[in-house]
Amino acid sequence: MSLLDLAAGLYGYWTVVALMATGLYIVVAYGNLIKKLIGLGIFQFSVFTFFILMGHARDAVPPVVGGDAELYANPLPHVMILTAIVVGVSTMALGLALVVRINRFWGEIDEDRLKKRGHETD
Amino acid sequence: MLRHLPALTVVVPMLFAPLCVVLRRQAWLVAALATTATLVGALLMCLAASYGRVFDYAFGGWAPPLGIAYRIDRLNAPLVLLFAFVAAAVVLHARGARRAELRDCRADLFFALLLLCLSGLLGIVSTNDLFNIFVFLEVASLSGYALVALRPRGAAALAAFRYLIMGSIGSIFLLLGIGYLYMLTGTLNLDDLAARLPAIEAARTKLAAMAFISAGLAMKVALFPLHLWLPGVYANAPSPVAAFLSATSTKASLYLLVRLFIGVFGAALFADTLRLADVLVALSCVAVVAGALFAVRQTDIKRMMAYSSISQLGYITLGVGLATPAGVGAGLVHLLNHSLIKGGLFLALGCAAWSAGGCFLRQLRGLGRAAPWTGAAIVLGGLSLIGVPLTAGFPGKWLLVTAAIDAGAWPLVAVVLLGSALSAVYVWRVVEALYFAPAPADARRPPRGMSLAAWTLLGASVYFGVQPAPVVDMLMPAAFMLFETS
Repeated sequence: MSLLDLAAGLYGYWTVVALMATGLYIVVAYGNLIKKLIGLGIFQFSVFTFFILMGHARDAVPPVVGGDAELYANPLPHVMILTAIVVGVSTMALGLALVVRINRFWGEIDEDRLKKRGHETD
Repeated sequence: MLRHLPALTVVVPMLFAPLCVVLRRQAWLVAALATTATLVGALLMCLAASYGRVFDYAFGGWAPPLGIAYRIDRLNAPLVLLFAFVAAAVVLHARGARRAELRDCRADLFFALLLLCLSGLLGIVSTNDLFNIFVFLEVASLSGYALVALRPRGAAALAAFRYLIMGSIGSIFLLLGIGYLYMLTGTLNLDDLAARLPAIEAARTKLAAMAFISAGLAMKVALFPLHLWLPGVYANAPSPVAAFLSATSTKASLYLLVRLFIGVFGAALFADTLRLADVLVALSCVAVVAGALFAVRQTDIKRMMAYSSISQLGYITLGVGLATPAGVGAGLVHLLNHSLIKGGLFLALGCAAWSAGGCFLRQLRGLGRAAPWTGAAIVLGGLSLIGVPLTAGFPGKWLLVTAAIDAGAWPLVAVVLLGSALSAVYVWRVVEALYFAPAPADARRPPRGMSLAAWTLLGASVYFGVQPAPVVDMLMPAAFMLFETS
């Protein structure tokens, strides 16, 4: 496979790689807790994209009983993604609730400024 | 009825959890009933498994590999029993702790979250389906994050947030590895995966899957560089929560490590191709020594026990990294014993917090004289951590040393001994504070229920220290069988 084929044909997977790296970088680089959660969400989204790419089949039809088609799409990757999306939503909700609590106690949601005030938990 | 036990042990706590919130005043009673029922079921399954019976349960009657299957055999039946037993002890302890560390927490939410976490953990160790592992891992993790944040303190919320971020990253890495495996084989059933993987040629994809799964599980297991969430969590969570999490959550991920790496991928891929076993051994050695060194410097006893946990988890991953049946068996034995020890220790620290108002070294001065049973419990736990013969810490370490000698890895023996010596240093600091200081005037003895819960776990650890045969006879053959079928 030539280099151009490699780059162009797998553009979906390159997107996954870019999103994953971006998400992880945001989690690590930013002190603001909300931004960390956003980074986590981007990272999770990259994995969802990976699964959906895996489950894609050209000219495939949704697997409905009574239809008549040559190629049916595999519903399992999509089911896995739906479950993972629900998990991601719950994680985000819990994370945001924790940030609200931290703000209520300390009036601050930036980890670097919290560290300066001496609220180190580690 | 016996046939449905694998499903019942997972579903019963989950069903009782909302009841805890609905019946707010009787939340403790609901939780006690649920954990007792789960414990009885787990005991029956473990007895059946010890006679060689394997439970293969297909949910909805749909046969695997298309349907989701649960499988209880010699490897995970002891773990199911362990988790149910620890949960029952924690619920008993929490009854008294409602007036101490849980005083400003919502008790009904605590019990509901505990039952959900128990359900998730039991699901992780019972299931035979790869994606089901991820689902239950998330159930257990999310309820764990919420359990840590129960106390209305900023430090607890921040520790829970850090745990959430790091734990979620770990879970997503695991999900990515699951995606690679599904992409390769088209099946999610662990037995089917183990059968199909060796025939597939795509070596690089297999290695990528293994790499992502190991990164994710290393995060969950708090293996050395990825352990940063653990001290904050154990130090800021209420003692019943710390006892439950220390005894169960990392252990479930360790079980997954063993099951996936050796049962599914195969020991050859694990040890020779990717040399992951060597990496695991190196990081475990660092964990054993660094964990103990960090523990020595702590003045908060709960944080000290957290670093001690990091060190003891290093022994377990050291055994797994040896990649021999004897090594993995030693790791599993120490896994079970350490759960009992750490769970009992944290419950004893909960009793100490009741008497002394906190778990800092200066607050525990003289407590051994004022509350003798609590002091004795902490000393017993400490001796078990060091690995004194006749305590629960000894069989695992002894088996680990013999497995290392058999594998020709003499430096590992030195690491194990060094770790034990360092453990003696920080345990001595606690013992010195407890007994070599005058008793505080205003200390009261903790309620009997709390003490009884701590002593139940520590008593079990004493029994398995003196008579390790039940544990070893279940887990060693399980490890050998895992290597044979891989």
